[in-house]
Amino acid sequence: MSFLFEPGFFSNGPVRSALLLGAVVAAVSAVVGIIAVLRAQSFAGHALTDVATTGGSASTLVSASPLVGFIGGAVVGAIAMESIGVQRARRRDVATGIVLGAATGLSALFLYLDTTRSANTGVTQQVLFGSVFSVSPSTIPAAIVIGAVVVLSVALVWRKLVLTSISEELASAGGTNVRLIGLLFMGALAVAVGLSALVIGSILSTALLIGPAATALRVTKSLPRAVTLSIVLGVLATWVGVLFSYDSYYWDPSSQGLPVSFFIVALIVLSFLAATLPTWRSGRWPVRTRRG
Amino acid sequence: MFSGFMTNAWEVATLVALVAGVVGFFVVLRGSAFPAHAIPNGAFAGAAGANLLGVSPLLGLGAFSLLGALAISGLTRRTRSDVATALVLVFMLALGAAFLSQSTEYEPQIFALLFGEIVGVSSSQLLPVVVLAVAALAAMAFLFRPLLLTSLVPEVAKSKGINTTLIDGAFLVVVALATTMTVPVVGALLIFTLMIGPPASARMLTSRPTVAALLSVAIALVVVWAGTASAYEWNWPMGFFVGAYSALAYGVVALVKKLRS
Repeated sequence: MSFLFEPGFFSNGPVRSALLLGAVVAAVSAVVGIIAVLRAQSFAGHALTDVATTGGSASTLVSASPLVGFIGGAVVGAIAMESIGVQRARRRDVATGIVLGAATGLSALFLYLDTTRSANTGVTQQVLFGSVFSVSPSTIPAAIVIGAVVVLSVALVWRKLVLTSISEELASAGGTNVRLIGLLFMGALAVAVGLSALVIGSILSTALLIGPAATALRVTKSLPRAVTLSIVLGVLATWVGVLFSYDSYYWDPSSQGLPVSFFIVALIVLSFLAATLPTWRSGRWPVRTRRG
Repeated sequence: MFSGFMTNAWEVATLVALVAGVVGFFVVLRGSAFPAHAIPNGAFAGAAGANLLGVSPLLGLGAFSLLGALAISGLTRRTRSDVATALVLVFMLALGAAFLSQSTEYEPQIFALLFGEIVGVSSSQLLPVVVLAVAALAAMAFLFRPLLLTSLVPEVAKSKGINTTLIDGAFLVVVALATTMTVPVVGALLIFTLMIGPPASARMLTSRPTVAALLSVAIALVVVWAGTASAYEWNWPMGFFVGAYSALAYGVVALVKKLRS
């Protein structure tokens, strides 16, 4: 055991909060991610993490709560994307790009002001790459509540969401308000992504949203099974990543250890490749979806 | 504003706008905004890696943007392109996070790589930029017709015997070239803004491809020149002005179009 778990792993405070928060964020991302992958909205999901970052850097500037900054930024970004036109697949690409471009420009300004006004060194790296280890334990209750609200609201409209994601025509023929469902999902995506960008940084946020869901959808055609598998993969990758990162401080006494995000993303990408390679030749997406 | 070290800045800004305007036209036409965001953003990790090894950042950027482009086009054949792009992007960024954790990079240097520092362009940085810009523009001239065909009428392109997958891959390699040339001077995030805002505005104004491509270059030039002047005047990061002016151009064109109809 001591070979696998370096001393103090289970008694270390930051590690315990990292394991708990990481699991919450991974599970929420895994559920929302299944729909994002079905709807071909990986780009929107990733862009919203960057927009959330803009909100986060603005909140540092006015010393507001980062939680408000991250989630507020993502929600404003989602509304902007919707109003430029996310409905049609082709315009969606441009709408997402315009919002993302404007948001990164603003990030540049806010981070610049953050660093020049407050000598707050490390803020760029912190916002972009984050670290589960540096999250304060006081955000745990808020994260759990917000995550639960997101999962619940997605669960309430699950059938309609899946139907509109697979065939919009069929859904609207059945009397579903496709636009409203789309809007609702963008809202859920924004809150989920804002939360995870705050907790684990914007790279990991995208990885946890898309990776486990895409892997699960490659492995099984049944949606309930895909959701379960996606959650298991996400949480497992997060825990093993935290363990490896903790252990890496002991591998070479002179080094500084490797970041959590590196291990988690590497595990997620490897599991996706492992699920893709066996079907490399006849590779087909199991569920037919709109192309974005 | 137009003398001394600023001469380099103006020259580089102009070259960047020329390349971004043309390449961006196809980015918007083909709906490849995500790869166009992912390649420069991920290539940033290459610069961090090069710094760790003590080699030129241009080498790291080139290697990472090229590998990223090839990985995206390779994986796209097996899975949906947005998923492939997202996973390649996060993997490159994760490597970047690992490189940064091992180096003692000074914070402003990371900031410059992401958001650009055009006023700091030295004369020795100018030559590689010119060479890469000429290569990217030449490749675009060579690919212009097949790219247009595969983007607008894929069936016709197929019947003419054009290899769509090859063209897709070649296009991403051009995006990688443009990335390598621009990241050291204007930052990883700025080039993406320039590849989306101006061409999307141009596309709204005209449906004729050649006119739209030229218009896209013209708008990109105005945005970059105005951005350089503003960055010099107010001493705020270049990336902010270019991002703001690109979005502004798109907003104004969209508004005018809405009022007219």
